[in-house]
Amino acid sequence: MQLIRSDINVDFIGKRKFALIISGIMLLVSLGALATKGLNFGIDFTGGTLVEVKFETAPAITDVRAALSPKGYGNAVIQEFGAPEEILIRVQNEEAENSSVISTAILDGLAEKFGADAIEMRRVEFVGPQVGEELTRAGIMAVLIAMLAILIYVTFRFEFRFALGADAALLHDITIVLGLFALTGKEFSLPVIAALLTVIGYSLNDTIVVFDRIRENFAANRKRKNPLEEKLVVNDSINQTLARTLMTSVTTLLVVLALFFLGGEVIHDFAFALIAGIFVGTYSSIYVASPVMLSLAGRFKGNEEEIKEMEARP
Amino acid sequence: MHSFPRWKYGLILTVLVVSLMGALPNLTTPPSWWPSALSTPMTLGLDLKGGIHLVLDVDVDKAVSHSVAGDIDTARQALRKERIRYSKLANDSTSMTIVIKQADEVEAALKVLQENFTTYDISDPAGSTFVLNLKPETAKELKKFAVDQAIEVIRNRIDALGTTEPTIIKQGERRILVQIPGFEDSARAKDMIGRTAQLEFKLVDEKGDLDKALSGSIPAGDIIMYGPEQTRNGKSYRQPYLLKRHTELSGNEIADARVSIDSRYNEYAVTLKFNTKGARKFDRLTGAHVGERFAIILEGTVNSAPVIRERIAGGSAQITGSFSPEEAHDLAIILRAGALPAPVKVVEERSIGPSLGQDSIDQGINSILIGSVLVLIFMGLYYRMFGMVANVALVFNMLLILAAMSIIGGTLTLPGIAGIVLTIGMAVDANVLIFERIREELRLGKTPLAAIDGGYDKALSTIVDANITTLIAAIVLFQFGSGPVKGFAVTLSVGILASMFTAITVTRGIIAFSTAKRNRIEKLSI
Repeated sequence: MQLIRSDINVDFIGKRKFALIISGIMLLVSLGALATKGLNFGIDFTGGTLVEVKFETAPAITDVRAALSPKGYGNAVIQEFGAPEEILIRVQNEEAENSSVISTAILDGLAEKFGADAIEMRRVEFVGPQVGEELTRAGIMAVLIAMLAILIYVTFRFEFRFALGADAALLHDITIVLGLFALTGKEFSLPVIAALLTVIGYSLNDTIVVFDRIRENFAANRKRKNPLEEKLVVNDSINQTLARTLMTSVTTLLVVLALFFLGGEVIHDFAFALIAGIFVGTYSSIYVASPVMLSLAGRFKGNEEEIKEMEARP
Repeated sequence: MHSFPRWKYGLILTVLVVSLMGALPNLTTPPSWWPSALSTPMTLGLDLKGGIHLVLDVDVDKAVSHSVAGDIDTARQALRKERIRYSKLANDSTSMTIVIKQADEVEAALKVLQENFTTYDISDPAGSTFVLNLKPETAKELKKFAVDQAIEVIRNRIDALGTTEPTIIKQGERRILVQIPGFEDSARAKDMIGRTAQLEFKLVDEKGDLDKALSGSIPAGDIIMYGPEQTRNGKSYRQPYLLKRHTELSGNEIADARVSIDSRYNEYAVTLKFNTKGARKFDRLTGAHVGERFAIILEGTVNSAPVIRERIAGGSAQITGSFSPEEAHDLAIILRAGALPAPVKVVEERSIGPSLGQDSIDQGINSILIGSVLVLIFMGLYYRMFGMVANVALVFNMLLILAAMSIIGGTLTLPGIAGIVLTIGMAVDANVLIFERIREELRLGKTPLAAIDGGYDKALSTIVDANITTLIAAIVLFQFGSGPVKGFAVTLSVGILASMFTAITVTRGIIAFSTAKRNRIEKLSI
């Protein structure tokens, strides 16, 4: 069985202007959404309390609010979580010291109104203001360091312009996935950072496979009597790896879709980020990484010896 | 075709056997002769088991200032003993200031202070004023000690709850991670762990004027403390007490604390028994102050102030309040376990109810099963025989992940399960790369066996490059991630490493084994 005909030859590079427009629009929309709507940061970053409660029978949201009002949390964010019986309650930290007991007050309030046996504590999360700041800092550091480490590795294995191409694709992917989170208003939590880093790894994985082939074909091309234009070699390389790129996207998508639909509410957004990442990651390894790398041709030219040495690497 | 060395067959078989043995404890209890390194099952994270997860912050600065406040007491006594008069004794959080009255006693005072306070840097007396600064290394030690002691006390309290295998470990300089698997009552856990349980006994200043003190003129050596909040005539009210500052007895001199019934009101109470040293002090104290009141102070609130009617030998004291049986029980536990050396604050909580944990396990296993079945079917359809070989490698890969996680003592979390699911999708990537390359080689007109060689050789560097970049992301995540996210990084890393072995070496081994007996192969099923 074959999804991609072996003699396929799509003019990817020829369409790069068109791809540039599409990427530009996606990036503008993402940045716009990030600037205007912003991300819906979860309590991991803002600090606060989250209580998930399972009721025997589905309650009305207004009743839940009425139960919290006497405790002083009538303004809490209350929403259904996956099923009508499951309710998620979110409260911001208070200025006062003892935010850690907010969850106790909430559970008490619910037990008083609905009866202690009618409700079940599913999850209590509390993040103090200081921890929220630390987690935010660690999250930003993680993404930056991952990108830097990858830049270094790719520079070492390829040429500097390849590394820049790969990082351009990464920035592109992260921005769009973040933009999607801003647009849909999905909660941005710690596991989503993990998903973002996985997207980085995945997108790069795709890019590297294409780059590897480009490097191999560049080396062969230079030995020819009449070397082809770099553009053509790159386009051939993308076509040669196309079957693999799509195959891997399909197998990974299969499992991530299984996670999305079966993995439960808690990792729903995590799986969503991965699905989005696989799509843009596949797109960017074809339409962003290589065109950017090509457009930088000649800017970081090392001497001939360096190129030879680079090509001699396995 | 390249020959496949014998030792690699041996390696594959060894890994297979070790994986099977390492994975077994997850399914059933292994027999007693099983190697101990392979006998532990994978630990489930709290998000799968259910339980209480708290991160506490110890107010270590309080521990230091508390200790300095205690030292000022020592200084007072030491100077008095030598009959050196002082006009000022004051302390802030890390230093003491002592002013000596008579200039000719300064030298003697210096000697006394030097003898008593080796942990302080004593400044040259400017005139008759000494400034003693706590040495930084001593402060550091005090802080460390406070955290260590807090861990000890919290462990005692949690052990008394009768739960199994709590985790109580230091995190960083001043934080403590507490995990109590299988415990659901988050409110009770926080209350039991967070209370300082500082218990003090002070004398009531019967001669002092409480009203005057309340309006601002507190007699020297006295302090005002309040009773618990109560409602009187619809207004909330706290009874003030004028007490001697000096603490006569403290929780350190408690030998035992038990739930009892207060006979007067027929209410639950906690009866304290002093240890030998405490009983002796109590005996002396009650003997010297018959007719005066004696305040029992729990966590800064005056619990009661009974009148000493007579000298009490081998004494005990009672803490009352309208306790429920559970409240009295918990109070007895924390008093027995001892006081926290410094206040602690919950800064993070991630507690999971048991049903959510079980749901997550079920959903996680479902995702793994469905996800892998889909991939297995797809690979089988797409690459036929070679796809089946990749599938064998994939099953081997999952077995290897399970065994590796068990052997290294890794913790499986919900994001960790997601990591495994993701690995399944990405593990076949290496085989896709190889197989696509083999197809290309075939199209170029190579013989089947040469195409296999070419496919493996040419795809290798790509596979390594591609996996290392993902591994970099996973390692960074491990360094910066916390809790469950770390679990994701672990399974992802283990999965990537395992897949490099299974997708490259194992598939190659199977193909080499199945083609070894045949001289010519006309066509590959790929």
